[in-house]
Amino acid sequence: MTTSDAGALSIPHGTSARDTPTYLGIAKTVRSWALTTDHKRIGVLYLFTTVFALFLGGLFALILRIEHLTPTRTIVDAYTYDRLFTMHGIVMVWLFMIPSIPAAFGNFLVPIMIGAKDVAFPRLNLLSYYIYVTGSIWVLVALWMGGCDTGWTFYTPYSAHSPSAVVPTVLGIFVLGWSTIATGVNFIVTIHTMRARGMGWFRMPLFVWSMYGVSVIQVLATPVLAISVSIVGLDHWLDWGLFDPSRGGDPVLYQHLFWFYSHPAVYIMILPAMGVISEVVPTFSHHAPASYDAIAYSTLGIAFVGFLTWGHHMFVAGISLFDAAAFGVLSMLVAIFSAIKVFTWVLTMRGGSIVLRTPLIYFFAFLFLFVFGGMTGVAVATQSLDVHWHDTYFVVAHFHFIMVGGTLTAWLAALHYWFPKMTGRMYPEGWGIASAVLVLVGFVMTFFPQFLLGNAGMPRRYYNYDPRFQPLMVISTVGSWLLGLAMVVTLSYLVVSLFVGKRAGDNPWDSRSYEWYTASPPPTHNFTSEPAFVLGPYDYASPFPGLPRAGVDADAPEAPPPPRRS
Amino acid sequence: MNWLRLLLYLPPEGSTYAAGIDRLHFAVIGTTLLGATFVFLLAVYFLLRHPRRVEGELTQPLRTPWPVELLVVVGLQTAFLAFWVVGAIQYDHVMTPPRDGLRVYVTAKQWMWKFGYPGGHSSIDVLTVPAGRNIVLVMTSRDVIHSFYVPAFRLKQDVVPGRYQTAWFRSDLPGTYDLECAEFCGTGHSTMLGKVRVLPAADYARWLEGAPTLPAADAPGADGDLVASGRDVAVRRGCLQCHSLDGQAGVGPSWARLYRSSVALAGGRSVVADEAYLTRSMMEPQADVVDGYRAVMPTYRGVLAQPEVAALVEFIEALGSAPLSPSVTLPRVVPEEEGRPQEPKP
Repeated sequence: MTTSDAGALSIPHGTSARDTPTYLGIAKTVRSWALTTDHKRIGVLYLFTTVFALFLGGLFALILRIEHLTPTRTIVDAYTYDRLFTMHGIVMVWLFMIPSIPAAFGNFLVPIMIGAKDVAFPRLNLLSYYIYVTGSIWVLVALWMGGCDTGWTFYTPYSAHSPSAVVPTVLGIFVLGWSTIATGVNFIVTIHTMRARGMGWFRMPLFVWSMYGVSVIQVLATPVLAISVSIVGLDHWLDWGLFDPSRGGDPVLYQHLFWFYSHPAVYIMILPAMGVISEVVPTFSHHAPASYDAIAYSTLGIAFVGFLTWGHHMFVAGISLFDAAAFGVLSMLVAIFSAIKVFTWVLTMRGGSIVLRTPLIYFFAFLFLFVFGGMTGVAVATQSLDVHWHDTYFVVAHFHFIMVGGTLTAWLAALHYWFPKMTGRMYPEGWGIASAVLVLVGFVMTFFPQFLLGNAGMPRRYYNYDPRFQPLMVISTVGSWLLGLAMVVTLSYLVVSLFVGKRAGDNPWDSRSYEWYTASPPPTHNFTSEPAFVLGPYDYASPFPGLPRAGVDADAPEAPPPPRRS
Repeated sequence: MNWLRLLLYLPPEGSTYAAGIDRLHFAVIGTTLLGATFVFLLAVYFLLRHPRRVEGELTQPLRTPWPVELLVVVGLQTAFLAFWVVGAIQYDHVMTPPRDGLRVYVTAKQWMWKFGYPGGHSSIDVLTVPAGRNIVLVMTSRDVIHSFYVPAFRLKQDVVPGRYQTAWFRSDLPGTYDLECAEFCGTGHSTMLGKVRVLPAADYARWLEGAPTLPAADAPGADGDLVASGRDVAVRRGCLQCHSLDGQAGVGPSWARLYRSSVALAGGRSVVADEAYLTRSMMEPQADVVDGYRAVMPTYRGVLAQPEVAALVEFIEALGSAPLSPSVTLPRVVPEEEGRPQEPKP
């Protein structure tokens, strides 16, 4: 079967994705990067900036863990400790996790996956990057001014009277929110209006569905965060007292507003991760998803029900029995959507042709962390159990497993899976597999002991702790070193591979997803002519039609048909 | 089940409801471990069962049979809902104080706990209670949000400034238990520790004799008859000039049959007259004005000591079953400079 009679692409022969310069090669000046409106270059800019944020937040985490080697002071004082865990949370949540997958990989991939030249508003896309940079700089300014010590939750009235730099911190978060909203609007319009001819909603790659769901959440939830933290800033700066009970305000109202954003925000972090996994599993299983519809609809289900569960963060804050019961049962409902996805991914492997590569190892790490973390999520949503666990290390371990473990492993899977697409080169597979295993070991070693600490009644954000907890604390700290080492190793071999990695070819994974229908790395306009995707994005029953190549046409000798799995 | 508790690092079961919560804990965590292991092993099984044999081999899509899908969804949802039902019932039990508790007033501030007992005693950081008796805590904060957490009781309740929150426990197991602040409250957060000392009844009585009490002027009396103490406080502080004890409406609503009744407030809301409401009405009388009455009561914040408030609440609770005045309707006492207020609802 040849390219021409496969008829999958209506790209006229003679013009080739190969012949046009890649998005990387077309210009190399600093200016061409700083003023680019190419969604791929903006994605790469986001990637580099978020990696910086990841290492900054990780550095804070390592200092925190070292501090906990002993029950009392080890290296920093209590006030510094408070500011470190606050800045760790802020940097990791708003500077790394929220933009990590959507803004970097989403930007790079969504237009290609739907066969578009770019996003709907390329200049808005660049603007949102600079808004992100501006917000990040404000957070760094706050850090330079001494940092903020309220916890990333900014609970009032403490945050209204905290001696630390609350105002620049919330200003930074306010600005970052604009970036998130702009990116979300851009993606929604792009996905609605710029899909290639003939591409219905249910022919989009599943990653695009997750980007759609996450964009809707971003646009709807982020304004609430912006309003809430602005009022916190004004309470602190001008003593407005809107959340201050001594002036007639209500601190519990703040918690409602904060969690109305911040619970959907955990889905902002995890939905893109789910999207990555929904691409990685079919590609490396060489098999269609067990149910495309189940994954697509559960994405929408999570995006919707995720808005109705915020009260489970407040079971001991003094909400009514009815509210607690309602939020409890809705939280159980949102868990079922995640469970559907997990089973669909696993059943996708059934009857596949599976090859174990680094991204799939990360899928296994994701699966372990996500399912265990998700089930402990069901546990903390069980009202009477949450009374004991709330604000203890159990909750810390739970959300690090599901939210951080899920997002970080999926982000690393994405980084390896799309590394050839973005750079045209391969990473070293042996190093990849080794560091993926080290990430999982380090992660579990860091956070599993924290489940037990929470059971024992160790509250979070404690500078001093009971000496009987020291063994578990030390294990956790050593685990964090392994995790840190794994991240440094990963970053190192990826940077080296940028320059000396083996040339990857256009579709090294033999994937059917649409981003592989163009050269790797792609040309600036993604496709050299309007693409028509005849095969589905997960059609592993048909051979890959291949890229059109200059000089290769029906006269070429016919390749032997690929073997079929019985 | 004790080995399981130790394996999971759970503290002793110091309260009457701790054992039930732990049983649910074991069920939920057991399901979690089994479920997570099953899914992971299933994925490993498929990985080993379907390795790629030839580069680029093609595969046919394999739709999971719908009964399997249905079974997974319904099965999981049933388990989750079962957790929810049991958890919600337990939660309602833990969050609803019994009527007959010994009331202790808890004031949290950076970074200490203060306890005021209805007998006029007070203590700092150590809460001393008798075993085998329901203890109802009425809690507020002076500055920022704190959280009253006794891991051994499986009890936690945020303590919010401007609000009165209740929590309760009963311990049948004398001993000393850790008390921790669980809501971040500043640099001293991890030092905001205390103890809950549960004494056998006889020891508790001996402790009462030797415990420090407030100055006589503020103490409602340490003779142990809390209701009588409450009546004394009500007389001494002038409460009874406006609040009757027999159901007659005065300047303020009567205290008879008030405790735990549903009270209609101005503006159409209604509220249950529990410990938190009664306490708040003394400290912030303007916050919840009863429908049909005018907001003329001054605040007693800084006037009433904690034990006095506790004694008053004891007294009002005792009036929960007071006889109502049968037939005589006294003329309403109306402040002279104002017009006649709207008649209170019966």
